[in-house]
Amino acid sequence: MDTQSLYREELLEHYRNPQNFGKLSHFDISSKQSNPFCGDHVEMFITLEKDKIKNIGFDGRGCAISMAGGSMLTEFAKGKTKEELTSFSEKDMLALLGIEVSETRKKCALLALSVLKDCLYGVKSKS
Amino acid sequence: MQQYKKDFPIFQKNQKLVYLDSAATSQKPKIVLDAIVEYYETYNANVRRGLYAIAEKATVKVEEVRKQTARFINAKYPEEIIFVRNATEAINLVAYSLGNYIKKGDSIVTTIMEHHSNFVPWQQLAKINGAKFEVIDINDNFQFSIFNFQSNLNFQKSKMLAITHVSNVLGTINPIKEIIRKVRSKNPHIKILVDAAQSVPHMSVDVQDLDCDFLVFSGHKMMASTGIGVLYGKKELLAQIQPFLYGGDMIKEVTIERTIFADVPYKFEAGTPDIAGIISLGSAIEYINSTGINRVQNYEFRIMNYAMERLKKIDGLTLYGPQNAQNRSGVISFNIDGIHAHDVAQVLGDMNICIRSGHHCTMPLHKRLGVPATARASFYIYNDEEDVDKLIDGLKEVKKIFSH
Repeated sequence: MDTQSLYREELLEHYRNPQNFGKLSHFDISSKQSNPFCGDHVEMFITLEKDKIKNIGFDGRGCAISMAGGSMLTEFAKGKTKEELTSFSEKDMLALLGIEVSETRKKCALLALSVLKDCLYGVKSKS
Repeated sequence: MQQYKKDFPIFQKNQKLVYLDSAATSQKPKIVLDAIVEYYETYNANVRRGLYAIAEKATVKVEEVRKQTARFINAKYPEEIIFVRNATEAINLVAYSLGNYIKKGDSIVTTIMEHHSNFVPWQQLAKINGAKFEVIDINDNFQFSIFNFQSNLNFQKSKMLAITHVSNVLGTINPIKEIIRKVRSKNPHIKILVDAAQSVPHMSVDVQDLDCDFLVFSGHKMMASTGIGVLYGKKELLAQIQPFLYGGDMIKEVTIERTIFADVPYKFEAGTPDIAGIISLGSAIEYINSTGINRVQNYEFRIMNYAMERLKKIDGLTLYGPQNAQNRSGVISFNIDGIHAHDVAQVLGDMNICIRSGHHCTMPLHKRLGVPATARASFYIYNDEEDVDKLIDGLKEVKKIFSH
Protein backbone atom coordinates (compact mmCIF):
# COMPACT_ATOMS: atom_id res chain seq x y z
CA MET A 1 0.00 0.00 0.00
CA ASP A 2 1.63 3.25 -0.99
CA THR A 3 0.76 6.82 -0.21
CA GLN A 4 -0.73 7.60 -3.58
CA SER A 5 -3.28 4.81 -3.51
CA LEU A 6 -4.17 5.29 0.15
CA TYR A 7 -4.54 9.03 -0.03
CA ARG A 8 -6.16 9.12 -3.43
CA GLU A 9 -7.40 12.50 -4.57
CA GLU A 10 -11.12 11.90 -4.07
CA LEU A 11 -10.52 10.88 -0.48
CA LEU A 12 -8.32 13.89 0.17
CA GLU A 13 -10.98 16.13 -1.33
CA HIS A 14 -13.53 14.79 1.16
CA TYR A 15 -11.03 15.33 3.95
CA ARG A 16 -10.34 18.91 2.94
CA ASN A 17 -13.99 19.73 2.29
CA PRO A 18 -16.08 17.29 4.25
CA GLN A 19 -19.72 17.01 3.19
CA ASN A 20 -22.49 17.11 5.79
CA PHE A 21 -20.02 18.30 8.39
CA GLY A 22 -21.46 19.82 11.54
CA LYS A 23 -24.11 19.12 14.11
CA LEU A 24 -27.74 19.27 12.94
CA SER A 25 -29.92 21.72 14.81
CA HIS A 26 -32.78 19.22 14.87
CA PHE A 27 -32.24 15.51 14.82
CA ASP A 28 -34.04 12.31 15.83
CA ILE A 29 -31.06 10.15 16.64
CA SER A 30 -27.40 10.63 17.34
CA SER A 31 -24.45 8.56 18.42
CA LYS A 32 -20.81 9.18 19.17
CA GLN A 33 -17.86 6.85 19.12
CA SER A 34 -14.15 7.23 19.40
CA ASN A 35 -11.17 5.29 18.30
CA PRO A 36 -8.78 5.12 21.24
CA PHE A 37 -5.89 4.16 18.99
CA CYS A 38 -5.98 7.52 17.20
CA GLY A 39 -7.96 9.63 19.60
CA ASP A 40 -10.39 10.15 16.70
CA HIS A 41 -14.05 10.68 17.37
CA VAL A 42 -17.10 10.84 15.13
CA GLU A 43 -20.58 11.91 16.14
CA MET A 44 -23.52 11.50 13.78
CA PHE A 45 -26.95 13.16 13.71
CA ILE A 46 -29.91 11.89 11.72
CA THR A 47 -33.43 13.12 11.01
CA LEU A 48 -35.80 10.44 9.78
CA GLU A 49 -38.91 10.59 7.64
CA LYS A 50 -40.57 7.28 8.43
CA ASP A 51 -37.67 4.93 7.75
CA LYS A 52 -35.83 7.19 5.38
CA ILE A 53 -32.80 9.27 6.25
CA LYS A 54 -33.98 12.77 5.48
CA ASN A 55 -30.96 14.60 6.75
CA ILE A 56 -27.64 13.50 8.16
CA GLY A 57 -24.66 15.30 9.59
CA PHE A 58 -21.46 14.36 11.32
CA ASP A 59 -19.03 16.07 13.57
CA GLY A 60 -15.67 15.05 14.90
CA ARG A 61 -11.96 15.20 14.75
CA GLY A 62 -9.56 12.74 13.28
CA CYS A 63 -7.28 11.56 10.54
CA ALA A 64 -7.92 11.90 6.83
CA ILE A 65 -9.29 8.37 6.55
CA SER A 66 -11.84 8.66 9.35
CA MET A 67 -12.98 12.14 8.34
CA ALA A 68 -13.27 11.29 4.64
CA GLY A 69 -15.15 8.17 5.76
CA GLY A 70 -17.68 10.33 7.60
CA SER A 71 -18.09 12.59 4.60
CA MET A 72 -18.47 9.82 2.02
CA LEU A 73 -20.72 7.65 4.16
CA THR A 74 -23.13 10.46 5.03
CA GLU A 75 -23.34 11.34 1.33
CA PHE A 76 -24.09 7.73 0.53
CA ALA A 77 -26.66 7.25 3.29
CA LYS A 78 -28.67 10.39 2.68
CA GLY A 79 -32.08 9.55 1.21
CA LYS A 80 -31.72 5.83 1.85
CA THR A 81 -34.02 3.81 4.12
CA LYS A 82 -32.94 1.93 7.19
CA GLU A 83 -33.69 -1.28 5.35
CA GLU A 84 -31.57 -0.34 2.37
CA LEU A 85 -28.64 0.20 4.67
CA THR A 86 -29.01 -3.00 6.70
CA SER A 87 -26.77 -5.00 4.46
CA PHE A 88 -24.16 -2.27 3.99
CA SER A 89 -21.07 -4.06 5.29
CA GLU A 90 -17.56 -3.20 6.34
CA LYS A 91 -16.42 -4.45 2.97
CA ASP A 92 -18.82 -2.03 1.31
CA MET A 93 -17.45 0.77 3.42
CA LEU A 94 -13.89 0.05 2.30
CA ALA A 95 -15.12 -0.11 -1.28
CA LEU A 96 -16.80 3.26 -0.81
CA LEU A 97 -13.52 4.72 0.42
CA GLY A 98 -11.86 2.98 -2.50
CA ILE A 99 -8.80 2.00 -0.52
CA GLU A 100 -7.12 -0.98 0.96
CA VAL A 101 -6.08 -0.31 4.50
CA SER A 102 -3.74 -2.00 6.92
CA GLU A 103 -5.18 -3.65 10.03
CA THR A 104 -4.21 -0.70 12.20
CA ARG A 105 -5.90 1.84 9.93
CA LYS A 106 -9.05 -0.27 9.53
CA LYS A 107 -10.44 1.23 12.71
CA CYS A 108 -10.14 4.68 11.16
CA ALA A 109 -11.81 3.55 7.95
CA LEU A 110 -14.73 1.90 9.73
CA LEU A 111 -15.37 4.43 12.49
CA ALA A 112 -18.10 6.34 10.64
CA LEU A 113 -19.86 3.12 9.65
CA SER A 114 -19.85 1.93 13.23
CA VAL A 115 -21.47 5.19 14.36
CA LEU A 116 -24.09 5.04 11.58
CA LYS A 117 -25.02 1.45 12.47
CA ASP A 118 -25.29 2.44 16.10
CA CYS A 119 -27.61 5.31 15.14
CA LEU A 120 -29.84 3.19 12.96
CA TYR A 121 -29.90 -0.16 14.70
CA GLY A 122 -28.36 0.45 18.10
CA VAL A 123 -25.56 -1.94 17.38
CA LYS A 124 -21.88 -1.31 17.46
CA SER A 125 -20.01 -2.62 14.48
CA LYS A 126 -17.50 -5.37 15.21
CA SER A 127 -14.37 -3.34 14.90
CA MET B 1 27.67 4.59 6.68
CA GLN B 2 27.68 6.34 10.05
CA GLN B 3 30.14 4.72 12.47
CA TYR B 4 27.55 3.29 14.85
CA LYS B 5 24.98 2.43 12.20
CA LYS B 6 27.31 -0.15 10.71
CA ASP B 7 27.14 -2.15 13.95
CA PHE B 8 23.43 -2.77 13.37
CA PRO B 9 22.59 -5.48 10.79
CA ILE B 10 19.10 -4.09 10.13
CA PHE B 11 20.65 -1.03 8.48
CA GLN B 12 22.81 -3.23 6.26
CA LYS B 13 19.85 -5.34 5.18
CA ASN B 14 17.46 -2.44 4.75
CA GLN B 15 19.60 0.44 3.63
CA LYS B 16 16.65 2.75 3.01
CA LEU B 17 15.42 2.41 6.56
CA VAL B 18 15.18 5.67 8.47
CA TYR B 19 14.44 4.51 11.99
CA LEU B 20 13.23 7.28 14.28
CA ASP B 21 11.23 5.30 16.81
CA SER B 22 13.80 4.25 19.37
CA ALA B 23 11.66 5.53 22.24
CA ALA B 24 9.31 2.65 21.35
CA THR B 25 12.06 0.09 20.86
CA SER B 26 15.66 0.25 19.79
CA GLN B 27 17.48 -1.62 17.06
CA LYS B 28 19.98 -4.31 18.08
CA PRO B 29 23.70 -4.32 17.35
CA LYS B 30 25.33 -7.44 15.95
CA ILE B 31 27.14 -8.27 19.18
CA VAL B 32 23.80 -8.52 20.99
CA LEU B 33 22.32 -10.76 18.32
CA ASP B 34 25.47 -12.88 18.34
CA ALA B 35 25.32 -13.30 22.10
CA ILE B 36 21.75 -14.61 21.84
CA VAL B 37 22.64 -17.08 19.11
CA GLU B 38 25.76 -18.16 20.98
CA TYR B 39 23.68 -18.99 24.04
CA TYR B 40 21.15 -21.04 22.09
CA GLU B 41 23.79 -22.73 19.98
CA THR B 42 26.40 -23.53 22.58
CA TYR B 43 25.11 -23.45 26.17
CA ASN B 44 21.32 -23.46 26.12
CA ALA B 45 20.23 -24.87 29.49
CA ASN B 46 18.02 -23.84 32.35
CA VAL B 47 19.62 -21.87 35.15
CA ARG B 48 20.12 -22.68 38.82
CA ARG B 49 19.19 -26.34 38.37
CA GLY B 50 21.41 -28.52 36.25
CA LEU B 51 24.71 -29.85 37.54
CA TYR B 52 26.22 -30.21 34.11
CA ALA B 53 28.65 -27.88 32.39
CA ILE B 54 26.34 -25.87 30.11
CA ALA B 55 23.79 -25.33 32.89
CA GLU B 56 26.63 -24.11 35.06
CA LYS B 57 27.78 -21.75 32.32
CA ALA B 58 24.27 -20.33 31.77
CA THR B 59 23.82 -19.83 35.52
CA VAL B 60 27.15 -18.06 35.89
CA LYS B 61 26.40 -15.89 32.86
CA VAL B 62 23.03 -14.76 34.25
CA GLU B 63 24.62 -13.81 37.57
CA GLU B 64 27.41 -12.00 35.75
CA VAL B 65 24.83 -9.89 33.94
CA ARG B 66 23.19 -9.13 37.27
CA LYS B 67 26.50 -7.76 38.54
CA GLN B 68 27.10 -5.92 35.29
CA THR B 69 23.64 -4.31 35.46
CA ALA B 70 24.22 -3.33 39.09
CA ARG B 71 27.48 -1.63 38.10
CA PHE B 72 25.81 0.07 35.14
CA ILE B 73 23.33 1.92 37.36
CA ASN B 74 25.65 1.92 40.38
CA ALA B 75 23.47 -0.25 42.61
CA LYS B 76 25.16 -1.14 45.89
CA TYR B 77 24.52 -4.89 45.61
CA PRO B 78 23.85 -7.23 42.67
CA GLU B 79 20.88 -8.64 44.63
CA GLU B 80 19.16 -5.32 44.14
CA ILE B 81 18.71 -6.18 40.46
CA ILE B 82 15.56 -8.20 39.70
CA PHE B 83 15.07 -9.50 36.19
CA VAL B 84 11.54 -9.04 34.91
CA ARG B 85 9.89 -8.77 31.51
CA ASN B 86 9.96 -5.00 31.10
CA ALA B 87 9.51 -1.72 32.96
CA THR B 88 5.74 -2.24 33.05
CA GLU B 89 6.08 -5.54 34.85
CA ALA B 90 8.60 -4.02 37.26
CA ILE B 91 6.16 -1.26 38.22
CA ASN B 92 3.33 -3.74 38.62
CA LEU B 93 5.57 -5.90 40.77
CA VAL B 94 6.14 -3.01 43.15
CA ALA B 95 2.48 -1.94 43.12
CA TYR B 96 1.28 -5.46 43.89
CA SER B 97 3.99 -6.26 46.39
CA LEU B 98 3.43 -3.09 48.40
CA GLY B 99 -0.21 -4.10 48.87
CA ASN B 100 -1.12 -3.29 52.45
CA TYR B 101 1.61 -0.70 52.85
CA ILE B 102 -0.79 1.77 51.21
CA LYS B 103 -3.78 2.27 53.49
CA LYS B 104 -7.05 4.12 53.42
CA GLY B 105 -6.42 7.84 53.74
CA ASP B 106 -2.83 7.61 52.48
CA SER B 107 -1.94 9.13 49.18
CA ILE B 108 -0.08 7.93 46.12
CA VAL B 109 1.49 10.68 44.04
CA THR B 110 2.36 10.51 40.38
CA THR B 111 2.60 13.04 37.54
CA ILE B 112 0.73 14.05 34.41
CA MET B 113 3.80 13.15 32.32
CA GLU B 114 3.72 9.46 33.11
CA HIS B 115 3.40 6.64 30.62
CA HIS B 116 0.25 4.62 31.37
CA SER B 117 2.52 1.94 32.85
CA ASN B 118 3.48 4.30 35.69
CA PHE B 119 -0.01 5.74 36.01
CA VAL B 120 -2.64 3.01 35.79
CA PRO B 121 -1.08 0.60 38.37
CA TRP B 122 -1.03 3.42 40.97
CA GLN B 123 -4.46 4.70 40.08
CA GLN B 124 -5.83 1.18 40.52
CA LEU B 125 -3.91 0.51 43.73
CA ALA B 126 -5.28 3.75 45.16
CA LYS B 127 -8.78 2.68 44.20
CA ILE B 128 -8.43 -0.77 45.75
CA ASN B 129 -6.87 0.47 48.99
CA GLY B 130 -9.01 3.59 49.35
CA ALA B 131 -6.00 5.88 49.03
CA LYS B 132 -5.93 9.32 47.45
CA PHE B 133 -4.44 9.52 43.95
CA GLU B 134 -2.63 12.79 43.33
CA VAL B 135 -1.20 13.93 40.02
CA ILE B 136 1.48 16.62 39.72
CA ASP B 137 1.02 18.98 36.78
CA ILE B 138 3.62 20.46 34.42
CA ASN B 139 4.29 24.13 33.75
CA ASP B 140 4.02 25.98 30.44
CA ASN B 141 7.49 24.87 29.38
CA PHE B 142 6.44 21.22 29.78
CA GLN B 143 8.56 20.79 32.90
CA PHE B 144 8.01 20.48 36.61
CA SER B 145 8.73 23.60 38.50
CA ILE B 146 9.17 23.84 42.23
CA PHE B 147 5.70 25.31 42.19
CA ASN B 148 4.25 22.13 40.71
CA PHE B 149 5.81 20.19 43.53
CA GLN B 150 4.77 22.52 46.32
CA SER B 151 1.27 23.45 45.33
CA ASN B 152 -1.36 21.64 47.36
CA LEU B 153 0.98 18.83 48.17
CA ASN B 154 2.79 18.57 51.44
CA PHE B 155 3.62 14.87 51.00
CA GLN B 156 2.89 14.27 54.70
CA LYS B 157 0.34 11.57 53.97
CA SER B 158 1.99 10.39 50.79
CA LYS B 159 3.30 6.87 50.94
CA MET B 160 4.46 6.61 47.39
CA LEU B 161 5.79 8.85 44.63
CA ALA B 162 6.00 7.32 41.15
CA ILE B 163 7.73 9.61 38.68
CA THR B 164 9.40 9.37 35.32
CA HIS B 165 13.00 10.39 34.78
CA VAL B 166 12.49 11.34 31.12
CA SER B 167 9.13 11.88 29.43
CA ASN B 168 8.51 9.56 26.48
CA VAL B 169 6.54 12.34 24.76
CA LEU B 170 7.99 15.67 25.80
CA GLY B 171 11.60 14.56 26.10
CA THR B 172 11.79 16.54 29.34
CA ILE B 173 14.59 15.36 31.61
CA ASN B 174 13.30 15.81 35.11
CA PRO B 175 15.73 16.99 37.80
CA ILE B 176 14.97 13.77 39.59
CA LYS B 177 17.72 14.02 42.18
CA GLU B 178 16.53 17.44 43.37
CA ILE B 179 12.91 16.32 43.32
CA ILE B 180 13.71 13.26 45.44
CA ARG B 181 15.71 15.33 47.90
CA LYS B 182 12.94 17.87 48.24
CA VAL B 183 10.22 15.26 48.68
CA ARG B 184 12.26 13.32 51.23
CA SER B 185 12.89 16.47 53.24
CA LYS B 186 9.12 16.82 53.57
CA ASN B 187 8.49 13.16 54.26
CA PRO B 188 11.46 10.90 54.99
CA HIS B 189 9.27 7.78 54.93
CA ILE B 190 7.86 8.14 51.44
CA LYS B 191 8.82 5.45 48.93
CA ILE B 192 9.94 6.68 45.52
CA LEU B 193 9.88 4.78 42.25
CA VAL B 194 11.60 6.20 39.18
CA ASP B 195 10.56 5.12 35.70
CA ALA B 196 13.89 5.16 33.89
CA ALA B 197 12.76 3.43 30.70
CA GLN B 198 13.65 6.54 28.65
CA SER B 199 16.75 7.52 30.60
CA VAL B 200 18.90 4.45 31.33
CA PRO B 201 19.45 3.74 27.59
CA HIS B 202 20.54 7.32 26.93
CA MET B 203 22.30 8.82 29.93
CA SER B 204 24.27 7.97 33.01
CA VAL B 205 21.97 6.94 35.86
CA ASP B 206 23.27 6.38 39.38
CA VAL B 207 20.66 4.96 41.75
CA GLN B 208 22.68 5.67 44.88
CA ASP B 209 23.19 9.26 43.88
CA LEU B 210 19.49 9.68 43.04
CA ASP B 211 18.50 7.98 46.30
CA CYS B 212 15.39 6.40 44.79
CA ASP B 213 13.85 3.32 46.41
CA PHE B 214 12.95 1.65 43.13
CA LEU B 215 13.98 2.24 39.54
CA VAL B 216 12.73 0.41 36.48
CA PHE B 217 13.76 0.08 32.85
CA SER B 218 13.34 -2.16 29.79
CA GLY B 219 16.11 -3.96 27.95
CA HIS B 220 14.58 -3.62 24.51
CA LYS B 221 14.87 0.17 24.55
CA MET B 222 18.62 -0.14 25.20
CA MET B 223 19.51 -2.51 22.38
CA ALA B 224 18.77 -5.78 24.21
CA SER B 225 15.99 -8.12 23.12
CA THR B 226 12.31 -7.73 23.98
CA GLY B 227 11.17 -9.59 27.08
CA ILE B 228 13.85 -8.50 29.52
CA GLY B 229 13.47 -5.66 31.97
CA VAL B 230 14.96 -4.62 35.27
CA LEU B 231 13.64 -3.66 38.65
CA TYR B 232 16.16 -2.06 40.95
CA GLY B 233 15.14 -1.84 44.59
CA LYS B 234 16.97 -1.00 47.79
CA LYS B 235 17.92 -4.33 49.35
CA GLU B 236 16.28 -3.76 52.72
CA LEU B 237 13.02 -2.77 51.03
CA LEU B 238 13.00 -5.72 48.68
CA ALA B 239 13.54 -7.99 51.68
CA GLN B 240 10.43 -6.54 53.35
CA ILE B 241 7.89 -6.60 50.53
CA GLN B 242 5.85 -9.58 49.41
CA PRO B 243 6.65 -11.66 46.33
CA PHE B 244 4.60 -10.84 43.26
CA LEU B 245 4.62 -14.23 41.52
CA TYR B 246 4.70 -17.57 43.30
CA GLY B 247 6.15 -20.77 41.92
CA GLY B 248 9.40 -22.50 41.21
CA ASP B 249 12.78 -20.86 41.73
CA MET B 250 11.47 -18.39 44.32
CA ILE B 251 11.34 -20.76 47.30
CA LYS B 252 13.64 -22.16 49.93
CA GLU B 253 11.35 -24.86 51.19
CA VAL B 254 7.79 -25.96 50.47
CA THR B 255 5.64 -28.22 52.64
CA ILE B 256 1.92 -28.84 52.45
CA GLU B 257 1.39 -26.31 55.23
CA ARG B 258 3.71 -23.50 54.28
CA THR B 259 6.41 -22.08 52.03
CA ILE B 260 9.61 -20.32 52.95
CA PHE B 261 10.52 -17.86 50.22
CA ALA B 262 13.98 -17.53 48.77
CA ASP B 263 16.06 -14.47 49.52
CA VAL B 264 16.25 -11.39 47.32
CA PRO B 265 16.48 -11.32 44.30
CA TYR B 266 15.18 -14.88 43.69
CA LYS B 267 12.04 -14.29 45.74
CA PHE B 268 10.85 -12.12 42.86
CA GLU B 269 12.00 -14.33 40.00
CA ALA B 270 9.52 -17.21 39.90
CA GLY B 271 9.73 -19.51 36.90
CA THR B 272 12.35 -19.86 34.22
CA PRO B 273 13.62 -16.39 33.34
CA ASP B 274 14.29 -15.02 29.86
CA ILE B 275 17.85 -16.34 29.89
CA ALA B 276 18.65 -15.28 26.33
CA GLY B 277 17.16 -11.88 27.13
CA ILE B 278 19.36 -11.48 30.21
CA ILE B 279 22.40 -12.42 28.15
CA SER B 280 21.38 -9.90 25.50
CA LEU B 281 21.08 -7.24 28.19
CA GLY B 282 24.62 -7.96 29.32
CA SER B 283 25.83 -7.67 25.78
CA ALA B 284 23.91 -4.41 25.22
CA ILE B 285 25.45 -2.90 28.36
CA GLU B 286 28.85 -3.98 27.07
CA TYR B 287 28.12 -2.23 23.79
CA ILE B 288 27.04 0.97 25.54
CA ASN B 289 30.04 0.84 27.87
CA SER B 290 32.43 0.38 24.97
CA THR B 291 31.05 3.59 23.45
CA GLY B 292 30.69 5.36 26.77
CA ILE B 293 27.27 6.44 28.04
CA ASN B 294 28.33 10.09 28.14
CA ARG B 295 29.35 9.93 24.52
CA VAL B 296 25.96 8.36 23.69
CA GLN B 297 24.23 11.24 25.45
CA ASN B 298 26.35 13.95 23.83
CA TYR B 299 25.93 12.43 20.39
CA GLU B 300 22.16 12.20 20.73
CA PHE B 301 22.02 15.72 22.06
CA ARG B 302 23.69 16.94 18.89
CA ILE B 303 21.25 15.07 16.62
CA MET B 304 18.24 16.19 18.65
CA ASN B 305 19.41 19.78 18.61
CA TYR B 306 19.86 19.67 14.84
CA ALA B 307 16.39 18.12 14.44
CA MET B 308 14.79 20.75 16.69
CA GLU B 309 16.34 23.57 14.71
CA ARG B 310 15.16 22.16 11.40
CA LEU B 311 11.68 21.25 12.66
CA LYS B 312 11.16 24.75 14.07
CA LYS B 313 11.56 26.14 10.56
CA ILE B 314 8.59 24.18 9.20
CA ASP B 315 5.49 26.36 8.97
CA GLY B 316 2.56 25.26 11.07
CA LEU B 317 4.60 22.80 13.09
CA THR B 318 4.06 22.77 16.84
CA LEU B 319 6.69 21.18 19.08
CA TYR B 320 5.61 19.74 22.40
CA GLY B 321 8.26 19.77 25.07
CA PRO B 322 10.85 22.19 26.39
CA GLN B 323 11.68 24.60 23.59
CA ASN B 324 15.35 24.78 24.49
CA ALA B 325 17.47 21.72 23.91
CA GLN B 326 18.97 21.83 27.39
CA ASN B 327 17.42 19.32 29.80
CA ARG B 328 15.87 17.55 26.90
CA SER B 329 16.34 14.02 25.68
CA GLY B 330 16.19 12.72 22.10
CA VAL B 331 12.41 12.51 21.89
CA ILE B 332 10.56 15.12 19.83
CA SER B 333 6.77 15.21 19.59
CA PHE B 334 5.02 17.52 17.18
CA ASN B 335 1.93 18.22 15.14
CA ILE B 336 1.42 19.96 11.83
CA ASP B 337 -1.61 22.24 11.60
CA GLY B 338 -4.57 20.59 9.94
CA ILE B 339 -2.91 17.20 9.50
CA HIS B 340 -3.60 14.34 11.87
CA ALA B 341 -0.53 12.67 13.37
CA HIS B 342 -1.58 9.34 11.90
CA ASP B 343 -1.61 10.73 8.41
CA VAL B 344 1.83 12.22 8.99
CA ALA B 345 3.17 8.88 10.20
CA GLN B 346 1.49 6.93 7.42
CA VAL B 347 2.91 9.03 4.61
CA LEU B 348 6.36 8.96 6.22
CA GLY B 349 6.01 5.20 6.77
CA ASP B 350 5.37 4.71 3.08
CA MET B 351 8.70 6.49 2.52
CA ASN B 352 10.49 4.11 4.93
CA ILE B 353 10.70 6.78 7.60
CA CYS B 354 9.60 5.24 10.88
CA ILE B 355 8.10 7.57 13.43
CA ARG B 356 5.35 6.98 15.95
CA SER B 357 1.95 8.63 16.10
CA GLY B 358 -0.86 8.51 18.60
CA HIS B 359 -1.02 9.18 22.30
CA HIS B 360 2.15 7.17 23.06
CA CYS B 361 0.44 5.54 26.07
CA THR B 362 0.02 8.92 27.73
CA MET B 363 -3.65 9.82 27.37
CA PRO B 364 -3.79 12.07 30.47
CA LEU B 365 -0.80 14.03 29.15
CA HIS B 366 -2.37 14.42 25.70
CA LYS B 367 -5.57 15.65 27.32
CA ARG B 368 -3.44 18.16 29.21
CA LEU B 369 -1.78 19.21 25.94
CA GLY B 370 -5.23 19.51 24.37
CA VAL B 371 -4.52 17.25 21.40
CA PRO B 372 -5.75 13.72 20.71
CA ALA B 373 -2.49 12.61 19.18
CA THR B 374 1.02 13.70 18.33
CA ALA B 375 3.70 12.53 15.93
CA ARG B 376 6.97 11.58 17.59
CA ALA B 377 10.50 11.15 16.29
CA SER B 378 13.07 9.72 18.67
CA PHE B 379 16.78 9.18 18.29
CA TYR B 380 19.53 6.84 19.34
CA ILE B 381 23.21 6.33 18.76
CA TYR B 382 22.70 4.94 15.22
CA ASN B 383 20.86 8.00 13.89
CA ASP B 384 22.62 10.77 12.03
CA GLU B 385 21.97 14.15 10.42
CA GLU B 386 21.01 12.43 7.20
CA ASP B 387 18.11 10.71 8.98
CA VAL B 388 16.93 14.10 10.20
CA ASP B 389 17.21 15.54 6.68
CA LYS B 390 15.08 12.70 5.32
CA LEU B 391 12.51 13.34 8.04
CA ILE B 392 12.35 17.01 7.10
CA ASP B 393 12.01 16.21 3.38
CA GLY B 394 9.32 13.67 4.27
CA LEU B 395 7.40 16.25 6.28
CA LYS B 396 7.53 18.65 3.35
CA GLU B 397 6.00 15.92 1.20
CA VAL B 398 3.29 15.34 3.84
CA LYS B 399 2.41 19.02 3.75
CA LYS B 400 2.23 18.93 -0.02
CA ILE B 401 -0.21 16.00 -0.01
CA PHE B 402 -2.57 17.43 2.58
CA SER B 403 -2.37 21.11 1.74
CA HIS B 404 -5.57 22.77 0.67
